[in-house]
Amino acid sequence: MITVENLTKSYGEVEALKDISFHIDAGKIFGIIGPDGAGKTTLFRILTTLMMADSGQATVDGLDVVKDFARIRHCIGYMPGRFSLYQDLTVEENLHFYASVFNTSIKENYYLVQDIYKQIEPFKKRRAGDLSGGMKQKLALSCALIHRPKALMLDEPTTGVDPVSRKEFWSMLQRLKEQGITILVSTPYMDEATKCDHIALMQKGRLLSVDTPERIVAAYPDVLYAVTGDNNYRLLCKLKENKEVKMCYISGESLRVIFHKNNVPAIEGVEIRQVAPTIEDCFIQLMQ
Amino acid sequence: MKQFISFVNKEFRHIFRDKRTMLLLLGMPVVQMILFGFAITTEVRNINICTPQTWNYDPQIRIMEGFAANPYFNITGTIGNSQEIDEVFREGKADLVIVLDAQRTNPAIQLIADATDPNTAITEVAYATRIIHEAQQVAVTAIPQGQIIPNVRMLYNPQMKSAYNFVPGVMGLILMLICAMMTSISIVREKEMGTMELLLVSPVKPFSIILSKAVPYFVISTANMLIIILLAVYLLHVPLVGSMIWLSIISWIYILVCLSLGLLISTVAQTQVAAMLISGVMLMMPALLLSGMIYPVENMPAILEGVSCIIPARWYIAAVKKLMIQGLEITYVAKEVAILLLMASFLLTVSLKKFSLRLQ
Repeated sequence: MITVENLTKSYGEVEALKDISFHIDAGKIFGIIGPDGAGKTTLFRILTTLMMADSGQATVDGLDVVKDFARIRHCIGYMPGRFSLYQDLTVEENLHFYASVFNTSIKENYYLVQDIYKQIEPFKKRRAGDLSGGMKQKLALSCALIHRPKALMLDEPTTGVDPVSRKEFWSMLQRLKEQGITILVSTPYMDEATKCDHIALMQKGRLLSVDTPERIVAAYPDVLYAVTGDNNYRLLCKLKENKEVKMCYISGESLRVIFHKNNVPAIEGVEIRQVAPTIEDCFIQLMQ
Repeated sequence: MKQFISFVNKEFRHIFRDKRTMLLLLGMPVVQMILFGFAITTEVRNINICTPQTWNYDPQIRIMEGFAANPYFNITGTIGNSQEIDEVFREGKADLVIVLDAQRTNPAIQLIADATDPNTAITEVAYATRIIHEAQQVAVTAIPQGQIIPNVRMLYNPQMKSAYNFVPGVMGLILMLICAMMTSISIVREKEMGTMELLLVSPVKPFSIILSKAVPYFVISTANMLIIILLAVYLLHVPLVGSMIWLSIISWIYILVCLSLGLLISTVAQTQVAAMLISGVMLMMPALLLSGMIYPVENMPAILEGVSCIIPARWYIAAVKKLMIQGLEITYVAKEVAILLLMASFLLTVSLKKFSLRLQ
């Protein structure tokens, strides 16, 4: 559905994308996971035909993003990272406007947005600017969907949204996937990676790894230990001095440690136990 | 078509929901007309004069009556002796003082004016001289041989009202402001709010984005033009001598020029503030100062006169003066129409070319 080959883009001195390649199968959720400044938005803008890459090719539904940009614009739905609807128009007017922009009507594709739009329908006379964060996001998704796009591109849709709404949002994406829509989504939250069929880990314009979340976790080369003590920071400093320690970092309530040759030393007053790596651990490991 | 209508609808909603913009759009022409019509005027009115205490002899009495009857003059005091003349000027009681030679045999009159503002002083003296002159003409029935008295006729504006000059100027200014500034701001706002990103990622053609932005401002500009003409005719009593149809047509051409200017600005500016500054500094100031609205183009140094040639307002104002005040036929403004049409097509082509299909 979407293919990207050797994409490179730089803004003056800054290289936003360095030789990016991957492909996305139709009807899948593909997640691009990476911190701020990884180049996610640039990649989205190239795929949505808003920008041209310095080199490399990309196609959406078999159409080239540079040559066939006009045709691509008919068949994709895009939700930018920033809320980009008309704040002075009401919820209903926004949806109606975007439907007519794509030469369709709300009625025609209502079934597609029904689940999402029903939740904000009680506020349909309210101006978009007066909506809460979660509701704005639902409206933006409805507007991106109203013309029944083949591919949906969501740039950090869950940033700045509360945990409950985030969860809800991902289940909405699952339902859209069942409708046969290919979804490309980016997020800085590692825990959302497992909700995707395929993920690409991205860092400073480079792809670290592209695979299913399960396989990325399975490919973790080391044995990971969780180390729990009284004072995480003091423990971290202590472990960093230890010659047996290959890598260690704080993760949530405890420390994650990898030992050289898997030699686990006995340290007084701390609990050491082996844990299964998460996507975040894989990301940190790949960054090295 | 449905797409276009819904686009235009959206633009009207943006305008109508922004109360401040609405007030600006519809209030500005009224305020400017009233300001330029009544307050900011080059006419000299309410001239305070001080006259001698005694007007004894026949021509002097008639002169006195002439001043008293004239609506432009207010007699604010009398002068007893020459020391008082300085005093009334210092106190600001008089703009003009009339001094008579008391002797009957030598009926000389001296006019003393406050020339701090030279233009005003000249006008005041001219008015006064005319009154004195008229009073004398009644007295002297037979004109002495060999004396030539010019017979002056002020064509098109017999009362020398400044509104005749300002109405076309205000039209040029307001249409420029509304079309250029408002279109550029409304396009740049879409960029600033990020909505342009979504519009670009849709099948909408750039041309229809632009056209749908232009339609509402075109309608509002036309409404403003009508308001200005109504105010001019019924409030300021400026005659509409020429044909209303041709006046509308040339105004629409001018509106087109201004819309394309606004479009051009929107392709350059990235923020609404920048768009406002560019239209304010690069459009408003020249339109105000170099269009001939305030200072005659003929008096400018050659360089500025050259610059004024590329200012659309100059040609529009000249054409409106000819059509509206002088009541000339359209053939007399062919040059202005041609220049404006040329400007419109040039600006429109450049800005359509520059309108980006992608993000910069």
